[in-house]
Amino acid sequence: MSEHLPILLVVVPLAAAALAAVIRSGRAAWGLMLLSAWVVLGSSVSLLAQVLREGRIRYVLGGWPPPWGIEYNIDLLSAFVLVLLGGIAAIITPFALRSVEREIHSAQVHFHYSALLLCFAGLLGMTSTGDVFNLFVFLEISSISAYTLIAMGSDRRALHAAFRYLIMGSVGATFIVIGIGMLYMMTGSLNMADLAELIPAERNRTLSVALAFLTVGVGLKLALFPLHLWLPDAYTFAPSAVTAFLASTATKVAVYVLARFLFTVFGVAFTFEVMALDRILIPLCLFGILAGSLRAIHQRNVKRLLAYSSVAQVAYVVLGISLVSVTGLTAGILHLFNHALMKGSLFLAMGCVMYKVGSVRIEAMRGLGRTMPWTMAAFVIGGLSLVGVPLTVGFISKWYLVLGAVEQGRWLVTAVVLLGSLLAVIYIWRVVEVAYFEEASGNGPGGEAPLSLLIPTWALVLANLYFGIDATLTSGIAGGAARLLMGLGGP
Amino acid sequence: MSPESLTLLAPAIPLVGTLAILAARRHPNLREGVTLLTAVSLFVTVLALYPVIAGGGRPQVVLLEVLPGLALSFEVEPLGMLFALVASGLWIVTSVYAIGYMRANKEGHQTRFFAFFALSLASAVGIAFSGNLLTLFVFYEALTLATYPLVTHHGTSKAKRGGRTYLGILLTTSIGFLLVAIVWTWHLTGTTEFREGGILQGAASPGVLMALLALYAFGTGKAALMPFHRWLPAAMVAPTPVSALLHAVAVVKAGVFTILKVVVYVFGLETLQTPGLTTWLLYVAAFTILAASVVALTRDNLKARLAYSTVSQLSYIVLAGLLANHAGIVAGGSHIAMHAFGKITLFFCAGAIYVAAKKTEISDLDGLGRRMPLTFLAFFVGSLSVAGLPPTGGTWSKWYLLVGALEGGHPVLLGVLALSTLLNVAYLMPIVARGFFLPPGDGWQGGLKEAPLLCLLPLCFTALGCVVLFFFPQPILNLVGLLP
Repeated sequence: MSEHLPILLVVVPLAAAALAAVIRSGRAAWGLMLLSAWVVLGSSVSLLAQVLREGRIRYVLGGWPPPWGIEYNIDLLSAFVLVLLGGIAAIITPFALRSVEREIHSAQVHFHYSALLLCFAGLLGMTSTGDVFNLFVFLEISSISAYTLIAMGSDRRALHAAFRYLIMGSVGATFIVIGIGMLYMMTGSLNMADLAELIPAERNRTLSVALAFLTVGVGLKLALFPLHLWLPDAYTFAPSAVTAFLASTATKVAVYVLARFLFTVFGVAFTFEVMALDRILIPLCLFGILAGSLRAIHQRNVKRLLAYSSVAQVAYVVLGISLVSVTGLTAGILHLFNHALMKGSLFLAMGCVMYKVGSVRIEAMRGLGRTMPWTMAAFVIGGLSLVGVPLTVGFISKWYLVLGAVEQGRWLVTAVVLLGSLLAVIYIWRVVEVAYFEEASGNGPGGEAPLSLLIPTWALVLANLYFGIDATLTSGIAGGAARLLMGLGGP
Repeated sequence: MSPESLTLLAPAIPLVGTLAILAARRHPNLREGVTLLTAVSLFVTVLALYPVIAGGGRPQVVLLEVLPGLALSFEVEPLGMLFALVASGLWIVTSVYAIGYMRANKEGHQTRFFAFFALSLASAVGIAFSGNLLTLFVFYEALTLATYPLVTHHGTSKAKRGGRTYLGILLTTSIGFLLVAIVWTWHLTGTTEFREGGILQGAASPGVLMALLALYAFGTGKAALMPFHRWLPAAMVAPTPVSALLHAVAVVKAGVFTILKVVVYVFGLETLQTPGLTTWLLYVAAFTILAASVVALTRDNLKARLAYSTVSQLSYIVLAGLLANHAGIVAGGSHIAMHAFGKITLFFCAGAIYVAAKKTEISDLDGLGRRMPLTFLAFFVGSLSVAGLPPTGGTWSKWYLLVGALEGGHPVLLGVLALSTLLNVAYLMPIVARGFFLPPGDGWQGGLKEAPLLCLLPLCFTALGCVVLFFFPQPILNLVGLLP
C-alpha cells in the first residue's frame, strides 16, 4: 500500500471529482473534498517523512520502466510542495462549506467541488510526476478546472475574468507543449531524469528555443511580470474560497514547475551559464515586485489589492530561484511555502468579510476592527507577515532573500526586496486604518464571522506565526531541496 | 531564584500583565491595580538581577532556535541592566501618573491604552536583555508595533497622520537599513551574538565597516539621528503619559541603547578606533544636537519643544558611543538614566499643565507658575538636568562626555557641547521664567490649582530623583563602569 502512495495522491481526488459530479448533493460533494484533502495531507506527510529518511522515491506507473513508461518522482522539493497542497486544501475545505453556500448558486455547488477536486488533482499530479508530457496533461486538468471555478463567482464580471484567464492560460499551455515537443524532437525522451542526462550543456538552437517557450509558458501560469495580466481579475471575481485556494496553490505549483524545468531538466549549466536566463529573470522580478506593489497601493477592492500583491510576491519567489545559489533557492522555496500561508490567511480573512458584509471594497471595511475583531486581527497578522515583521514567516523569507543578495553583493536586489516590504506596509495599512479608525457605516448585519470560517482562517494565521518562530524545519527542508536542485547532493 | 530564571521572568511579567489587564477590562480599578502590580513586580525582578550583574555575572538564556545557528536568546550585561532598570522603575511612576491623567481627562479606550503600554514595556525589556542582534531586532520591531496604537490613541485624523509618520519612518529605517546591517554582519561573521570586544574585528575592510556603521546608525531610527528624526515630534499626538515614558524613555532609549550595544559588542571599541571610521557620523550627531536645539527654540507647542529637545539629547548618546573610548561609553550609558529622569519630569509637567489648565502652547503659560508652583519648580529642576547643570544628575553624564571628547581628540565637539548647553538653557528656562515672573494672562484671582495628586506626586518624585542622582550617582556609574 505505502509504495503506491505517489499515485494514490492523484487518484483519490481524481476519482472523488468524478463522484462529486454525479451525486448531485452539495454537502456530499463537500464531504468528498474534505476526505480527499485529508487523505492527501496524510499521505504527503508520510511521503515527506519517507523522503527525509530514505531519499527520493521513484514510482513506475503500470510497471513500464522509464524512459518508456511514465515515472513518478518524489524528491524533497516535490514532497514539500505536496505537503503544502494537502495542508492548504485541508484547511480551506472546512472554510468553503458555508462560504460556498453563500456565494454559489445551490444547484452548482456539487459541480464546484468537482471542479475544485479536479484542480487539486491536477496540481498534485504536476508536482509528483517525473514525466514532462504527463506534467502538461495535469497542467491542463488544473487550468481548465480553474477557469470553471473562477467563472462561478457571483459577480457577472467573473465570466469575463475567467474568459481572459482561459485565453492567456491556453496561450501559456500551447507554449509549454511546443517547448516539450522540441525537447522530444531533440532527445526522443519525455522522462525528466532521462532528459537531464541527454541535454548537453552547450549552445544549441532547438534547446534554446525550447527553453524560451517553456519559460514564457510557465511564466504565464505563474503570473510572472509582465505576463500577470490575467491574475488580478481572476482573483478578484472568483468565489472567496477559490481565490484563497488558487492564490496559495496554483501559482506555487507553477513556480515549482519552472524550477523543475530550469534546474532539473535543463540543468544549471545550460540555463544559467550558457543561456544566462538569470539576466532576464532578475530584472523582470525586480520590475514585478515594484509594479505589483505600486499597483496594489491604488486598489479600492481589497481582493484585487491582494492579487496585485501576489504578483509582487511571486516575483520574490522567482527572484530567489534566479539568484542561482543555495541561499537564493532556499529563499525562493521557503517563500513559496510561506507566501501560501500569508496569502491564504489574508484571502480567508477577506472571505469572512465577504460572508458578513457582502463586499470587500475598502469602504466596506469601515469599523470592522470593532465589529469583526478576530477577522481583522487575522488580517493584521497576515499583513505583518507579508511585510516581513519578525516572528512571522515573512521575516524568514526576507532574511534568506536578503542574505542571498548580500552574498553576491547585489545591492540593487537588496534594495528592491526591502522597498517591496515597505510598499506592503502602505497597502496593508490603508486597510488597517479604515478598519480601525473609521466608524462603521451602520448598515449590514454586523457581528463576527461564524466559527466555521474563523477557525480555518486562524489555523493559517497560527501557521504564519509557528513557522516564523521556529523555522528550523521548513528552512532545513528548503535548504536540502535547494542543494538538490543545485546538484550538490542530499536526499 | 536563579539569575537565569529572573532573566526569563522579566520580559514575561509585562506580557502576562497585558493579558491580565485585558481580562480585567470591565473593572477599571482592578485593571489599574493590575498595571501597578505588574510594574512593581517587573521592577523588583529587574532589581534582583542588579547584584548579579554588578558582581560580574552574565546570565544567559536561549529561548529557541529560529533558524540553524540563529536563536532567540537573552543575556543580561551592564548596559541592558541599566536600561531595564530605568524603564521598569519609571514605569511604576508613569503608571501612577497615567491613571491620574487618563481619568482626569476622561480619555476613552483605557483598557487598550494600559494593555499596549504593558506590551511596550515587555518589548523594551526584551530589547534590554537581548543576547544577539536577531533578538534585539525582534523586540525592536515589536516595540514599534506595540506603541503604534498608543500614538494613534485619539483616532483623529491628526493622530492617524502622526501614526503614519511614526510607523513609516521607524519601519523604513529598521527594515531598510538595520535588517540589511544584521544580515550583512551575519554573512561576514557567521554570528549575530553580542561579544566582548566585538565580532566584526578583522572581518571586513574599513570601507565595508564604514558602510555597516552607517546602516546601523541610521537604521536605528529610534535613535532619531537626523534626517530620520521626524517620527518623534509626530509621536507627540499621543496622550502625555505615552510621550513621557515611551517617547522620552523606553522607545528612544531603545534606539540609543541599540547603538551603544552595536558599538561595544558588535564592532568593539578597538575596531571603531580605526582612524576616520566614525568621524563623519560624529559630525552628523553633532549637527543633530545643534539643529534640533535650534528647532526646539522655534516651537511654541510645549510637547513639540520637548520632543526636539529629546532628538538633540539622543544624539549626545550617539555621539558618546561613537567616541569609542571608555569615558564616552560611560557618558552614553549614564546619560540613558540621567536624561530619562530629566525628560520624564518635563513631560509629566507638560501633562499636568494640560490637565489642570488645558494649556498646550508656551505663550499661554504666563503666570501659571504662581498657580502651579510645584509643577513649575519640578520643571525647573528637570530643565537643569537636561541642560546638564548642577545640582542634578545630568551634570555627570555631560562631564564624562566632555572627558571622552577630549580623550578622543575632538576639541571641536567641546565647542558643540558648550553651545548646546546654552541652547538648552535658552529653550527651557524661558518657560519657567514665563510661569513665575510674567503677569497671568487670564483673570487669575490667586489661589493654587495644581493637577490631581496622582499627577503631581510622580513629577515631584522624578524631579527629586534628578537631584538625588547628582549626589548619589554611584549605582549607575558603577554599572556602566563595568563596560570596556
